[in-house]
Amino acid sequence: MKYSSQAVAKPYFIAAIALFVGQIVFGLIMGLQYVIGDFLFPYLPFNIARLVHTNLLIVWILFGFMGAAYYLIPEEAERELYSPKLAIALFWAFLVTGVLTILGYLFISYAKLAEVTGNQFWPTMGREFLEQPLITKMGIVIVVLGFIFNLLMTVLQGRKTAINTVFLTGFIGLAALFLFAFYNPHNLVLDKFYWWWVVHLWVEGTWELILGAMFAFVTLKLTGVDRDVVEKWLYLIVGTALMSGIIGIGHHYFWIGPPAYWQWWGSLFSAFEPIPFFLMILFAFYMVNHRRHQHPNQVATLWLLGTAVMSFLGAGVWGFLQTLAPVNYYTHGTQVTAAHGHLSFYGAYAMIVLTMISYAMPKLQGREANSNKAQVTEMWSFWLMTVSMVFITLFLTAAGIVQVYLQRATDTPLPYMTVQDKIAVFYWMREGAALIFTIGVVVYLISFFVDKKERVTT
Amino acid sequence: MAEIVTKSMAKGLYYGGSLFFILVFLGLTFHTISLAIPTRDHRDQLNPAVVAGKLVWEKYDCIGCHTLIGEGAYFAPELGNVYKRRGGEFVKAWIQGQPTHVTGRRQMPQLNLTEEELNDLVEFLKWSSEVNTENWPPNVEG
Ligand code: HEC
Ligand code: HEM
Ligand code: HEM
Ligand SMILES: [Fe+2]
Repeated sequence: MKYSSQAVAKPYFIAAIALFVGQIVFGLIMGLQYVIGDFLFPYLPFNIARLVHTNLLIVWILFGFMGAAYYLIPEEAERELYSPKLAIALFWAFLVTGVLTILGYLFISYAKLAEVTGNQFWPTMGREFLEQPLITKMGIVIVVLGFIFNLLMTVLQGRKTAINTVFLTGFIGLAALFLFAFYNPHNLVLDKFYWWWVVHLWVEGTWELILGAMFAFVTLKLTGVDRDVVEKWLYLIVGTALMSGIIGIGHHYFWIGPPAYWQWWGSLFSAFEPIPFFLMILFAFYMVNHRRHQHPNQVATLWLLGTAVMSFLGAGVWGFLQTLAPVNYYTHGTQVTAAHGHLSFYGAYAMIVLTMISYAMPKLQGREANSNKAQVTEMWSFWLMTVSMVFITLFLTAAGIVQVYLQRATDTPLPYMTVQDKIAVFYWMREGAALIFTIGVVVYLISFFVDKKERVTT
Repeated sequence: MAEIVTKSMAKGLYYGGSLFFILVFLGLTFHTISLAIPTRDHRDQLNPAVVAGKLVWEKYDCIGCHTLIGEGAYFAPELGNVYKRRGGEFVKAWIQGQPTHVTGRRQMPQLNLTEEELNDLVEFLKWSSEVNTENWPPNVEG
């Protein structure tokens, strides 16, 4: 750690990990509700478990991004953070807002929560991923704006690199697009149209800038290759991401009301969206093979390469699988979608945050890398989580393909619920893989407590 | 390959390319929003009941279990076309009759909707089923 203010990253990383654990608990519950439909009913209806699962996901990823920023921006800008106090204050504000909101979901009915938070006066709730009460959404805006201010001040008074400018551009874009969460037209078609400006332009736009910048930073640190080369690759990755991803939003406009020409624009542009993910693989392996030094943090290198490969599979391959209009006509809103949602979110955003934590956490504790034993433990968790997530994806894809054949691509379509019964076996297998994933999470937690005394320092 | 593309070329691609496609996207958006969608969403029928029905839909988080025109959760039947599949009376009776309490079967909660909320909701689902969706879903089962 070069600057003492980088230490504010630590609570952000710890909160991210804690919320990740919570996310998995609710995932397991839903996985069971898929096959034992009345499990925990009526105490925890499926929709509540789902929104807790997905909201925890978004919040822990945001915590991870922010922690990453507090770590890498001072180092890139070559100066202390503008205000560590503000960073800590915002940490608590974000955590308290998040936890109160989750408790609200769990302990009062959703309709009641909408009522007491005044949703009737400015309706924004009840839309997928944007379920938060208005005050929570406003809290998020305040936290993100304070965060951006703090980092902008740091960078403006310090060194400007491709890594910190791309990172900040991504975050400013994230904040700007989130404003569409406050816009909820009465007209469902327009509502859906702009809803995707938050969801798609986040994961296939602004977040990719953050992903690319974090990826470039860790690569630079682990391999010691020339900064100019790293920054060139970063520009190529984020450039191709935006050039394909912005109009690639059209892959969501096929069937929800916009005109048919989006079937062409959306299919064509989104077909190029795998390119940045593919470039990331080339970049990572090329840099690791041409590294200038052998960094003692081997497990961080594993996470880094893993992120490149898994994000390409989850976003690139599984995204492409369903992105062409003639295919999407059948797979839209099926288990195939869920398969892609899982592998892409895990492979890209969960893994890049875990990469950053793996690299930065030892540094924040004053050592270059963890002991060999701790690293091996963490590697086990890497493989357990990653391989089981691949299986979760494969089982959901199988479920989705059968679903499409029985319910849609046939002259004798069966009703939804009948089809669900027929594919239950895949859901059982998904739950099995999810248990392995959970073991991976436990091993991950354990890795932080292995060999506390023996430390590698260089 | 390192030499073919320089850092400043890559930087130019990032800034120039992104800006160009943002502008194209805004142009397409303008066309879609102000010229195309108005001819496809039958907004003339967007009466107060439909608007109120959408709020009911949101207040009870139906999207957390169901899809609506293919978006939402995949745990329960598609509802974008449920008006065509089942009709308004069935939908009202169904919602009032929940939960089924069939052991092991997926459950929909009793949401205690008022008569007015039920009527608005049905108007909203009717309106949604009449959006021009390019013939999606492929058949009535959703
Ligand atoms: C906790 C999950 C959940 C929530 C929330 C939920 N539903 Fe359902 N719904 C289901 C399930 C599961 C079924 C299928 C049950 C069955 O077939 O036994 C269903 C079935 C239906 C059906 C019958 C569909 C058909 O094709 O027969 C309608 C209509 C419906 N729901 C409307 C709604 C509306 C409107 C809301 C919001 C006010 C809502 N649901 C909220 C779980 C839910
Ligand atoms: C890391 C990047 C990505 C993430 C995190 C991601 C995540 C998601 C999620 C969560 C959904 C479901 C949205 C919903 O609930 O309705 C979705 C849908 C979709 N994604 Fe991605 N995605 C990524 C990249 C891609 C790419 C690169 C492509 C195309 C090549 C793609 C194509 C699609 C398509 C076509 C859908 C709609 C599926 C449907 O019609 O049901 N995605 N994505
Ligand atoms: C390991 C155990 C997990 C299980 C059993 C699980 C299960 C589920 C279930 C049942 C849903 C709801 C699907 C539906 O709408 O019907 C869901 C949604 C989702 N989960 Fe998970 N999940 C797990 C882990 C994860 C992880 C690790 C991530 C990402 C890092 C993740 C990301 C998501 C996303 C993005 C959605 C929304 C998908 C969409 O809208 O298409 N889940 N999960
Ligand atoms: Fe998308």
